[in-house]
Amino acid sequence: MNLLPFYLIVSAFMFFTGVIGVMTRRNAIIVFMSIELMLNSANLTFVAFSSFLGNVSGQVFVFFVMAVAAAEAAVGLAIIISIYRNKMTANIDEINILKW
Amino acid sequence: MEMKDLFYAMPLLIVGGGILLILLIDMFFKGGKKIIPALTFFILLGTAYYSLFTINQLPIGLMPVSEFGLFYGMLSFGGKAHLFYFLFNFGSAIAVLIANDYLKKIETEYSEYYILLLSSVLGMMLIAGSRNLVMIFIGLEQMSISFYALAGYRRKNILSNEAALKYFLLGSFATGFLIYGMAFIFGTAQSMMLIDIFSQTSVLVKNPLFMIGILLFLIGFTFKIAAVPFHMWAPDVYEGSPTSVTALMATVGKAAAFSAILLIFVSVAKMGPNSVFSSMFSVVAVLSMLYGSIAAIAQKDIKRMLAYSSIAHAGYMTIGLAAVNPSGIAGIIFYLVAYTFMNLGAFGIIALLESKEGKFLSIEDYKGLGTRQPFLAASLAIIMFALSGIPPFAGFFGKYYIFLAAIQSGDTWLALVGVLSSVISVYFYLRVVVYMYFSKSDDESAILEISQTGLLAVIASLVLVIAFGLAPGSLIRLISGLI
Repeated sequence: MNLLPFYLIVSAFMFFTGVIGVMTRRNAIIVFMSIELMLNSANLTFVAFSSFLGNVSGQVFVFFVMAVAAAEAAVGLAIIISIYRNKMTANIDEINILKW
Repeated sequence: MEMKDLFYAMPLLIVGGGILLILLIDMFFKGGKKIIPALTFFILLGTAYYSLFTINQLPIGLMPVSEFGLFYGMLSFGGKAHLFYFLFNFGSAIAVLIANDYLKKIETEYSEYYILLLSSVLGMMLIAGSRNLVMIFIGLEQMSISFYALAGYRRKNILSNEAALKYFLLGSFATGFLIYGMAFIFGTAQSMMLIDIFSQTSVLVKNPLFMIGILLFLIGFTFKIAAVPFHMWAPDVYEGSPTSVTALMATVGKAAAFSAILLIFVSVAKMGPNSVFSSMFSVVAVLSMLYGSIAAIAQKDIKRMLAYSSIAHAGYMTIGLAAVNPSGIAGIIFYLVAYTFMNLGAFGIIALLESKEGKFLSIEDYKGLGTRQPFLAASLAIIMFALSGIPPFAGFFGKYYIFLAAIQSGDTWLALVGVLSSVISVYFYLRVVVYMYFSKSDDESAILEISQTGLLAVIASLVLVIAFGLAPGSLIRLISGLI
């Protein structure tokens, strides 16, 4: 039985949950978590395709994505901490000096 | 892997080794901090020089790419990749000159700046040289993560913090789309190598999953080049980041994103249903040009104005993608070179004049600059003429080649919209010139000492803008020979 469509549906669901999270949540940390969910849904798609095609390079890519996501988290959390120190908030609606 | 791979990958190794060297100097030598800017500058200049003179070293078109790639076909050597290496390294070398005294002025002089800068340049070079989706991803993320950190470099400054947060959240959001798109491309093409994907494009374009993948990929990169409808981060980030950082990411950062689009879409669009991609790019181009030019009129902050103008410039370059012909690609590369040096000059002058408290960021502050700083005012005027596309400067020929390509492929209306948008843009570019020469300054206080290295950066970009304007033929011949 070919399970690929199910994996793709689950990962698409995860991806759109992440997109909706980014659009609607207002706390910078939770927005960031939603972005991580999007990355992980892409990882799931990669692994599903990789297993279905019998091609390992998709699974290798997932390791790269995880490493890069870790680096991104390090920089991103540092940015959020520095803005918290200056403004005492991580709510992205209150971070709004730059606009015309 | 063979030893020759290491030799051919020299530009990447020099920059990569430079990062490690500067990290070590920073850590172990107390007196070493002073030489770090100079060292960074010479590393970048040396790499730029090496790349420029190895462009034609090997006949790129004669061998199949799979045989020719370095590191098992992951990286390409010579040709277009080296032209981009030259652009990135030379542009960043100018950005280092801009940064050196600017960072002293805003009292945030740490050597991490140069490490992050070199690391972003290495990322850009990986993008331009990649032959594999993994390399594009790694390069793009290395560049972006360095830029996130650089944007928030003034960590006591709330504007810089805000710019970094916005850039980071929206940038990683776009990365999510990009990777998800890559997953579909991999799933349908069954390979990560670009050469394998290209060889079966004519079949794949009939597969809806592949087209979804390409579309998501396009969304990710439309964000990186700041074209409408994914432009919203650019004005905030360009305004809030330190000016020397804006100079870097508005110019070479955008060129790097374009080099990736050129890698993928040129060959997909060549084989696929031209109309789908062409009309998609046309819509993006028209919206970006008009939106950028019209929104720039209302701006009071000069960095924000240049940000909107950079959205419009992304639109002009997208015309070249919509035209889907070799002269369009050559036009894009020419435009990228011209755009890089024009904006480096503009941001360089802003960085020279800007004070720690943020004076000379408002366009009003430029009133009467013509009498107070004749040389800088004249340079800024030339750059504004060049940006608005008035001959005989580089910006004019950039637009000329792009519009020519659009007309050749039958999209005359795109060229007309482009011309219209250029006419609109003349208003806000020339407003700066009018303020400088025909208005009296309210404030006659002397401007801070003008930095020597910053002046050198301005002169270098100015010379290139004028040179490419007076003799565009040599550059366009070089580019056309590589496509």
